[in-house]
Formats: sequence, structure tokens, C-alpha cells
Amino acid sequence: MQKLNEISILSGKGGTGKTSLAAALATLEKNTVVADCDVDAANLYLILQPNDYRTEKYISGHKAVINYDICTQCGLCKDHCRFNAIERKPESDYPEGKITIVETSCDGCWLCSRICPVNAINMVPSDKSNWFLGKYRYGKMVHARLAPGEENSGKLVSVVREQARQTAEECGAENIIIDGPPGTGCAAIASLTGANKVVVVTEPTGTGLHDMKRILDLAGRFQVKRYVIINKSDLNTEIRNNICSWCAKEGIPVIGNLPFDPRMVHSMVACKSIQEWAPDSEISASIHKIYELLTQS
Amino acid sequence: MRIAVASGKGGTGKTFVSTNLFAVAEKEYRDLTLVDCDAEEPNVTVFIDGNTISTDIINQHLPVIDKEACVYCGKCRDWCNYNAIICLPENKQIYLIEDLCHDCGACLAACQYNAITEIEKKLGTVTIKQYSDAARIIEARADIGVYSPVQVIKAALNKAENAELILMDSPPGISCPFIAAVVPADYVVLVTEPTPFGLNDLKLSVETLQQLEKPFGVIVNRAGLGDDRVYDWLEEKHIPLLMKIPFDKNIARIYSQSRLLVREDPSYEARFLDLLKTIEGSCKN
Repeated sequence: MQKLNEISILSGKGGTGKTSLAAALATLEKNTVVADCDVDAANLYLILQPNDYRTEKYISGHKAVINYDICTQCGLCKDHCRFNAIERKPESDYPEGKITIVETSCDGCWLCSRICPVNAINMVPSDKSNWFLGKYRYGKMVHARLAPGEENSGKLVSVVREQARQTAEECGAENIIIDGPPGTGCAAIASLTGANKVVVVTEPTGTGLHDMKRILDLAGRFQVKRYVIINKSDLNTEIRNNICSWCAKEGIPVIGNLPFDPRMVHSMVACKSIQEWAPDSEISASIHKIYELLTQS
Repeated sequence: MRIAVASGKGGTGKTFVSTNLFAVAEKEYRDLTLVDCDAEEPNVTVFIDGNTISTDIINQHLPVIDKEACVYCGKCRDWCNYNAIICLPENKQIYLIEDLCHDCGACLAACQYNAITEIEKKLGTVTIKQYSDAARIIEARADIGVYSPVQVIKAALNKAENAELILMDSPPGISCPFIAAVVPADYVVLVTEPTPFGLNDLKLSVETLQQLEKPFGVIVNRAGLGDDRVYDWLEEKHIPLLMKIPFDKNIARIYSQSRLLVREDPSYEARFLDLLKTIEGSCKN
């Protein structure tokens, strides 16, 4: 069996065009598998509109809940909590303040529930996040929705990627297109590990350049081939040249210069990829070449 | 007063808004701090910089297991909820997977044989920069590859203490780094763009802020670029539209050169000042 080719699209800075590029690469060839790993703010489903035939719950972690019928207000949990998630809240019947969990600070480590001398703390699973598997017009898509304020987005990314791999094996797909999250933290790391190629989409702005260097630095720590695409490349020629010369020095190929084209936005508004909306445009031709390069080498 | 500038979707213009707001607020306030909470991609100092006053290294604890004292009972492994400890009693082997450790202290509390002590591992830095007599910038910068920026963000926010006005440039998304930055805020400015992606992520941010019971308003950036659905939605939900910034190649060019719009265009200076006054009014009510 041919080895799977996992192409991860990242950027560091948000809004450079990862999802628009992913949508275009996902609508070029039948039997493609897509993994939307921006589980925090997923958008690719808006364009690919998958028909989900499987929905699963994802337990992102646990939150501590105090049973006040048992709690003696001893405060041992407060002394042990390193996340400052337990405080003594001023309340009339409690002269020293009532032991209370600050839900937004709780990391779900379980320590308070383990050390409570009277077992007054229960750990309740956070199960409001989901992942989905569906069919779209060119293949299959795995995507997810992390509930607001939940932890462990990196773990959910790993679940989405594993499901994408299984799906690709089942349907004999050769390529997995991964639409990654912004940033350089756990979700970005989980979108990189085990991928064959990483495509960093940047833009010729001061911040685009700064963030591109950080994500390429991160990617350089993994066994992954790195590529750069400059989106809205006509915005600032000077910075575009800086990006190109920096990449040349680092030995990272710049495989696309995509000029700003309002049709890119029009296609999004129409819920189509640029490839479907304007197949004869210059951008579509460039993306076609990028796809060939990424899938045939 | 603490104002967070946030958005679900990345690249909508959070840093653009917070740096321009900082520039107009600098003339109005005697004690102003802008905290760059986007620790994974801190960008504020690309636009505005100052003299570095201090740089603090932010560390986490990492457990160290003394193999002489360890009896390989496995209790630390069982108490570690992040699967960061591997214990093989048959082979007398015990390891820590550093990247998985969340510094919760459970292993230390679990060990009855005093076999665990702690060392420090760097997570990132918090840098304070003096911009002018009245204004400073605090930057949270997580080291590349660090699992979670939350502790670095919290350390930066602690440094802001009680400045008269604190502006916070928040990280994108709706998960824990975003929560860490918006929880201390009195008011949240959400920045979006009039596209299906922008609207979808705006809805997620709004849902999160409503759960946190935070007052907020919305700025639509690159107005005229996509469609009108965002305006219809804001009206339907009675969410205040604070400002519309048109899609304009000149604004994009100024941004790309890391310059501030309010310094180039007096009409925008007036508009950002109005924005600041509107937010002040909302905070007082």
C-alpha cells in the first residue's frame, strides 16, 4: 500500500488564508481526506459542507465540583491547588469565606478530589465537545467543535488526525489535507507531528513575517518538509522580498505567490473554493501547481 | 478599567485595534498599560515599542524522581492526570515525559517516600517596556513549542497591577488562552470581518462571553469586503456595533509597514478616540 501523504497547512498568524488554501487543495481531486484541525474556530466545513454520518462526543477533561453537604471548609484543597482555582468567597454564613471552585481556572488535575479528607470533591467530565466524520463533494472530512473555554485542544486535534488516517486507509486515499490552527502551542504541535509536509501560509506584513519565522522554527524541530506560500503577495513588495530572501537563506522553498484577488472572498461568501468559483483565475492555476508539487514529490 | 480586544478568528485585526486604541488613549490617560496576551504570536511590539525596563523568565516546576528513594509503587503515575509519568516496577524504571507535565503538584502530594523534588523549566518571558512617561507595554511571550501559554499570560496580567487603563490584546480562539485574557476584563471588544468565516467565529466568541457574563461590543473590520450577514445578525441579537473600518488598500498598506493608522490619518484618530469614549461609557453603566 502506498504511504499516506499528510499535508499540514499552518501560519502562526491568523487570517493569512489557511482555510481558503485548504479548501482549494481539497477540491482538486476525488478521494481526498480532509482534517480540520482548527478545532477552536473551525471554518472549513462552511465551504466543504460535509454530510456528517458520524458524530462522537469528546471528553476534553474534568472539572472539580464541591459537595457542600459534606465539605467541612478545611481549606486543604485550596492550599494544594496550583492553578488558583479554589478561593474563599465572601459569603454571610462563612466568616472566613466559602471554599469555592473558580471554574475558568480549574485545570482538571484531580489533586483536590484525591486529597480531600472527606471526599467532598467530585470530578465531572466536560463532554460538550464533539468530532464529526462526513462526506463532501470530493471525499471525506473529519472536523470537530471544541466547546467554549475547554482545554486540551491539542488532544482533540490528535483525535481528528487519527480518525482522518483511519478514514484514508479505509477508502484508499493517498492525501490528507490538514487545515491547522493559528499559533505555536499545543494545537499547532498536534497538527505537525507525523505530517509529511507543512505549508506555512504567510502575508507580506510585519506581523506575517514575524509569525512565519516562529512557526517555521517550530516545524524545523519535526521530521517534516517545510514550504512557504505568500498570500496577498502584492500588498508590500519590500516585505515580500524579505520573506523570499529569508526563506532562500534557510533553504525553505517558496512555492507560491498569490496576489490579492477579491474573488477569493466572493468564493467564500458563496461557500465555494476558489478552484470551484473561478477555475480559470491566475490564483487557481497557481494553486493547481502547488497541489501537484505537494502530492507528487 | 480593563478592556480586552479579542476575536475567535485569527487575523481579523485585534492587534491593529489594540495598538491604535493605545495610541489615542496615551493622550487621555496618565497611567496606561497595553498587555500583549497573544503569547504564542506576540505582535504588539512590531507596531509600538519602548525601552525595556525588565524581562522576567516565567518557569514551571518539573518533578525529579530520586531513584534511590523510589519504591516504584506507581502512586505518582496513578495521580498524574496528564499521563506524564511512566512507571515499570518489574524493571525498576520510572520516567517523566516533560512536555506532558502541567505543574499541578499531584505527584509530589502522592509520594509517601519523599522521592520527588522539583526543578524549574522555562515557559517564556514577560517583558515590560516603557513607551512614554504615562504608558507602558507588557509582552507575554511563550517559548516556541511550549504546550500552553496560559501561565505566561497570567504572569503578564499580574504585572499590569492597577493601571488606570489596561488594554489587553488577546489570543485568538475560544479556549483556555482566550479565557485567561478575557476573565479579568471589564469590557471586551470583539473584532470580526464581514465574511462567513468571520461571522461563524464571532458567534462562538459571543456564546463564550455570554457564558462568562462579560459586556462586549463588536468592530467590523474590512467592511465592504464580504457580505451583510454580520450586520443583520448583530441587529437581531441587539449587540452593539462599535465601529466599522472599511476595506481599504491604504489601511492594509500602513498596517503591512507596521505603522499606526491613527498617526497617519487624523480622521481615524478622532474615530478611535470616539471608540474609547463609547467603551468608557459602557463600563460606567
